[in-house]
Parts: sequence; C-alpha cells; structure tokens
Amino acid sequence: MISPRYHREKPQRYRLEAGKCNSCGYISFPPRLICPKCKSKEFETVNLSDKGTIKTFTVIRVASDIFALQTPFAVAIVELNGGVKLTTQIADVDLDKLKIGQKVKMVFRKIQDEGKSGLHCYGYKAVLV
Amino acid sequence: MVGIVGYGSYLPRYRIKVESIAKEWGSDPEALKRGLQLFEKTVPGLDEDTITISVEAAKGALKRANINPKEIGAVYIGSESHPYAVKPSGTVVIDALGIGPHVHVASYEFACKAGTEAMYNAYALVKADEMKYAMGIGADTSQGAPGDALEYSASAGGAAFIMGKENVVAEILFTNSYTSDTPDFWRREHEYYPRHAGRFTGEPAYFKHLVTAGKILLKKSGMKPEDFKYAVFHMPNGKFPQMAGKKLGFTKEQLETGWIVPWMGNTYSGSSPTALAAVLDVAEPGDKIFMVSFGSGAGSDGFIYNVTDKIKDVQDKAVKLRDMLDNNKIYLDYGEYAKFREKIILNE
Amino acid sequence: MREVAVIGTGMTNFGELWGKSIKDIFVEAALGAIESSGVDHIDSIYVGAMSSGLFVGQEHLGAVMADYLGQNPVPATRVESACASGGASFRAAYHEVASGASDIVLAGGVEKMTDGADVTEALATAADQDYEVYQGVTFPGLYAMIANAHMHEFGTKRENLAQVAVKNHKNGFNNPNAQFRSKITVDQVLNSTLVADPLRLLDCSPVSDGGAAVILCPMDIAKKFTGTPVRVKATSQASGTIALHSRDSLTTLDSVKTAAEKAYKMAGLKPADINFAEVHDCFTIAEIVATEELGFFEKGKGGAAVEEGKTALDGLIPINTSGGLKSKGHPVGATGIAQIIELYEQLTGQAGKRQVKDAKIGLAQNMGGSGASCVINILEAI
Repeated sequence: MISPRYHREKPQRYRLEAGKCNSCGYISFPPRLICPKCKSKEFETVNLSDKGTIKTFTVIRVASDIFALQTPFAVAIVELNGGVKLTTQIADVDLDKLKIGQKVKMVFRKIQDEGKSGLHCYGYKAVLV
Repeated sequence: MVGIVGYGSYLPRYRIKVESIAKEWGSDPEALKRGLQLFEKTVPGLDEDTITISVEAAKGALKRANINPKEIGAVYIGSESHPYAVKPSGTVVIDALGIGPHVHVASYEFACKAGTEAMYNAYALVKADEMKYAMGIGADTSQGAPGDALEYSASAGGAAFIMGKENVVAEILFTNSYTSDTPDFWRREHEYYPRHAGRFTGEPAYFKHLVTAGKILLKKSGMKPEDFKYAVFHMPNGKFPQMAGKKLGFTKEQLETGWIVPWMGNTYSGSSPTALAAVLDVAEPGDKIFMVSFGSGAGSDGFIYNVTDKIKDVQDKAVKLRDMLDNNKIYLDYGEYAKFREKIILNE
Repeated sequence: MREVAVIGTGMTNFGELWGKSIKDIFVEAALGAIESSGVDHIDSIYVGAMSSGLFVGQEHLGAVMADYLGQNPVPATRVESACASGGASFRAAYHEVASGASDIVLAGGVEKMTDGADVTEALATAADQDYEVYQGVTFPGLYAMIANAHMHEFGTKRENLAQVAVKNHKNGFNNPNAQFRSKITVDQVLNSTLVADPLRLLDCSPVSDGGAAVILCPMDIAKKFTGTPVRVKATSQASGTIALHSRDSLTTLDSVKTAAEKAYKMAGLKPADINFAEVHDCFTIAEIVATEELGFFEKGKGGAAVEEGKTALDGLIPINTSGGLKSKGHPVGATGIAQIIELYEQLTGQAGKRQVKDAKIGLAQNMGGSGASCVINILEAI
C-alpha cells in the first residue's frame, strides 16, 4: 500500500466519509464521480453512521502474507445505519460466536503494515456491541 | 479558570494473568502477586497501538467536551511506544478525528511521564491564551522483555484531556516539575526492549523524584494532604504508589479510586492519566485531586485539580475507565500473548 | 454478423507443471488446437490470462505467445477479466470472426500459478483492492460470505456444497486432462482444512498450471477443415459491482443472471433447452448459486438440486461433466477456454466415459471475481 494510494483513501478509512448524490440521495462509499443509480455527477460529503448490523461473515484462516500473523480473523459485510454496506474485520471477537444479525460499532484500528519499514496503515474495523 | 473541559480513556479488552506469564518462566505467581501487588494486565490487540488507543480516548474527550474539533489548536501525545520513530502519532490522530489542519502537533517522550508532559503543555498554551483548546494524551503499548520483571506489568492503555477555559470540569490550580539525570531505566535507539537498573529504580529514582515533586507541590499550593479527596500517582506496580502516598501523608482511601494498576498493569505514559480519568469518572464538584507522575530518566510532573460542578454534566457522556477495566475481558495464554506482542520471530 | 464455428481444440494437462513455463504451456495447447483444426495459418490470436504479471512477472502475453508460437507478425492480444479471462478471450475471437475482420482466429487461455508467487494476494486482485482486500478479506473469504448468506437465507446445507465437490470429482475421474482424478466423499470434504469458514480445502478449486486453445472460423468454411465443427449459438457478457458489499443482494450473482438472459435471447432458447453446462465452480457455492442465476433451478433451490442428483452426469441437467474447476483444475486464464473444449467434446460425441446422452446444446458460464464479470457462451452440435 504505497503512500499516495493509502493517503487518498484516508477520509474514507479514518472518518467513513461518503458521497451522497444530490439528485437521488443514493450514498456511495467510497465517494464516486458518477452516481451508480442515476448517473448524476453532483455529490454532498456525508459521514456514515458508526453503528450497523452483520449481514454475512466468514473467518479467514488462510490469508495473504500481509495478514498471516493475524489469522484466524473474522471478516464481515456490515450494513451501517442508513443503508450503506461495507466489508470490514470484526475485532476482539470470539470466532465461534459470530452470527448474522449481530449489532456492531465501527472503531479505529491498524489494518496492516507496509512491511517492517513502511507505513502503518489504519482504518475501520467493527466490534460487537 | 483553565483546566480540563473534556476527558476520555481507553483500555484494550485483552488481558493476561500473572500466573500465565509466571508459568513460562518457572516463577512463583503468588510471590509475584504479593510483591508487585498486581494480578493481571491489559494487552493490546495486534491491530492496536498508541495511535489507535489515542484516537479512542480522544473520541471520549471530544464527546465530553462537546466542542468543534476544528477549534483544537494543539494535539500532543506522550508515549514510549509511538508507532513511528519519526512522524508524530498526533498527525494520524488529528486526521482520524477531523482536527486541524490549523493545529500544532508533537510527540513527547519521557518514559512514563510523557503523557503528563503532553497534558502540561496543552494546559500551558491555553493558559497563555495562545489557543482556545489544546489536547494532551498519554498512551502506551509498552513492551516488557521476555522473562524480565517488567513483563508482568508492561501494559497498554491511554487517556486524553482537552484543556480550555469554558465549561471547565476540573480546574488546574497548580503545577510543577522536578527533573534530574538519573539512569534508572532507558532504551537505546533501535533496541527493541528497554533496560533497567533493578532496585536502583526505587529509592534513587521513583521515590526521590515523585515524593520530592509532591512535597514541593504541596508547599507551592499551601495545601495539606487532608485537603484532597483523591491522590493519583504513577503506578509501575501496585506497591510503589502506595508507599509514595504514605511518604507524602496520603491515606489508602485517597489512593483507592485511582489505584487501578493491579488489574490494568503499568500503562507507562498512560498510567497516571488513566488513573486521573478513573477518578474524574466518579468525582463530585468541589473534590480536590493531587496527581504526581514519574518518568524514568528521570522526572515527575505534579498537578492539583479542583473539580467543578460541570463534572456531573459530562461523566456519562462517554465510556468510563472502570467499565473497560472490569467488563468484557478476553484472557490470553502466553502463546497468544507472545503472538500479539510480536515476540515471535517470523520468516520474512 | 457471420455465424461462427469452433473447428479445433487443444489443451495441456492441468496441474502442477513444474517443468513447463507459461510459454511452453500456451504453445502446447495452441499447437494442439491448430493441428486438430487442420488450418494452415492464423489471422489473429487472443490470450486470456488473469495475472501473468504477478505470477511470473510477464505481461504483454499476446506478443510473447505470437513470438513463441512462431506466428510473428500475426496480431496477438492479451485479454483479461480475472477468472473470466478465457471466456472473454473466446468472445473477442468470436467477434473478430463474426464481424468479418478475420477468418481464422485462435482463442487461447493460460495461467502459470506455481512459480512461487503469493497466490492468495494475486487472486485477490480480482476483488476490490481498496475496500475489500485492504481489510484482509481473501477471495475464498468473499465466496464464504456468499455461502453463509445463502445458507442463512435459503437453508442451503453445508452438505450440499460438499456434494458439488464430490460430483465434480466423480466426473473429473474420467477426464484425462484433469488435475485430480480421484473420487472423494462428502465426509472428506467436511473434514478437510478450513480456508474461510464454512469453505474448506475441498470446497475450493486448486492452484493450477495449464493452457487451452480453440480455433474459430466462419461457419460457411468450417467443413473445409474438419468433419466435426460446432456452432457458436450465442455469446454474452455482463458486469456486476466489483465489491460484493455493493450489491443489493448478497446471494445473487447479478452479472450471471444478466449475461444468461442476454445469451438465451440471442440463441432464442430457454434454460430448459440447455442439455448440459460447464459452470464456474471456483468454489462449490459458486456452482450452486450460478445454476440458480442460469435459470436451471429456482432461486434458493440450487443446493437441493445437487442433493437430488439433478446435476449429476445422468441427471436432469449435467453440470461440470469435465470435473469443473474443482477436479479439472483452475489455471485461471485457461478455464474459460477449457469449458468451451468440454462443450465441443460433448457436442461431437468425443467425451468418452463423461458423454452426456443426446448432447445437442451446451452452455459455458465463466465468471470473474466474486461475480463482477460473467461471460456465457452457448454452443450447438451440427
């Protein structure tokens, strides 16, 4: 995750900033140039809710090298209040106790390291509430 | 009036008991628990570090202060475990919280008292009318070398304090600092674990600086130990702060609320700051709080706080330290702990 | 547009081909197709490959393969649509012939996955890098989430997934090119190592090397070259959202549904008209969901269909008679072409012990990512 690419996504990774279409109200996360629903190009910046529900999940047991030390870990698709869905890890959780429908809140965690000397890359994870 | 307008704290959910560590090294857990007055400590998750802890603690502080983050003019973070040796932890924290960009940011280092250093400088800037609000954070994910005495106590946690002049919940009445070149504990650049001088860390270091700073603070303020409801000291283990309190004339009851080390461990730069947060979580208007930190190398920072009636408006606005300390704990065995603390050599 | 025929096929064994480079593999498959078709020249070459850059450090595969096939200065282009690269390669070749731009076109696909790259990382490039992969999810993880959602919503059973793998291994046992020619049981699947809950090792297609190629020409000159041409009845492609979480439903593969509708329309056919199909079983759950989107079974009933034997070799609609990706292997870029080859062999009565009775119309569904792209080809016996 080289610096400019990581840096560009920070408003989304750090603050869950999304783009709300001025025409149809559809919220794109991350923000886009064209609304996927109505093709309009005017947006308003909004912050997503930090509360949501697990729609589906899995436990990753074989990961790429970057995440090898963290396995096994839970990943889920969470639907935040307001309807936007995102993919996120579930932190600090008993992997056997995960269920579709559980409530979560989003927290700030370190997502990955760029090797031993590169950047610490931060972002959002979910924890059960 | 200048003082704390908002505060927050954060502890990870993971814990490891003294027994689990003692087992690995063939040590007697009961003797250790008696000697250190410590039973278990917090362990940061693989995805937690001083930056993430600072963000969560600061979120609590912002909730309690109820101010626009953009009005904060400085964010200082004191830690022994800043994730970067060069790039202040505060640069990530401000972005995460929507603070800045018109903001001063710096990292502080002074072993375990870096947190109170950050708090002191935040306070001083507001007092000097340089800015409306300034935040000082003490947070750490300190490491103890395997098999070393410090492995039982080095833990993770932090607290954040926003200083201001409006809606102050705890006014800062007096401060002082006492520093000398004392080689009790240090870490050389590029070394992974710190070194310490064994029993030398006691009398010539911790007690000399903390107790002396405490005595000077009392003199400066003209106050007596009996005037205070709470006393908070740096807690490298359970025993030292109790001994220090006694030397300064404080009772066990005055120390009790802030004496969270037996279940938290030594959160280094987060030690006295988290204890202060625990006290503020339950304090009443009019309570006076006496706080002295200690950082190896060595020095102590002293603060006297007067809790105002605004405290009751904010206590419930964010999570409380005791809640995180007592509930939802996840216990690790030594293997999991070693993996979390990256003490295992990987093939890279 | 002209009608197009497949007149020759060639493929390598799929498996761990330690002694063969990506060039060796593609050339072997391509020569097989050229020789079996009887053509004396080629006008154009398409090479489907997902990630030759990450796997072997080589891009510009079109140029590489034209060179090594001894076909300079024939134009050659690399086509990429993740795991649907092969299908997309076939589509590109089809259009070049159908439009009249060329007469003889080679559509090939290849992947060399065992040269030491981080396969998990390379395959994950088919997903959303910044919002799925950054978080730590893997490709199996995405399909595992689809599986959990499908099981939760429709009551699909964990055993149904295993039954897909068992069936495909039973079929692959009779495929001389298959990577695994071994029968397995439901128990073996359920006890294999967990990869991403609930998916286990035997729910996942393997890491494979392999190449496959076919030759296309206009229908009206096909008989000049071979006595067994097969007609391309329809071809279609559709895109879906790159990220699984962007979809309205987590149990529907929209791109498959849309591509299927377009293909059936182009062919003037209904799902019931299809005699057999090669379906993209990168993971067992993918086959179950795809058969629903292809209209073979009602939404949610794909799992029960496997259990009831409807997709077995002697069932209502045999799925993955080749062994599927699971047993045949999944050298990513080659898969889409290998599917076409299975259709060809079935439609020309050359499938041996895998032969479907009265095979007249076959469908190949090739899919990229977690359903972000889908290519469907329908072939008809002449």
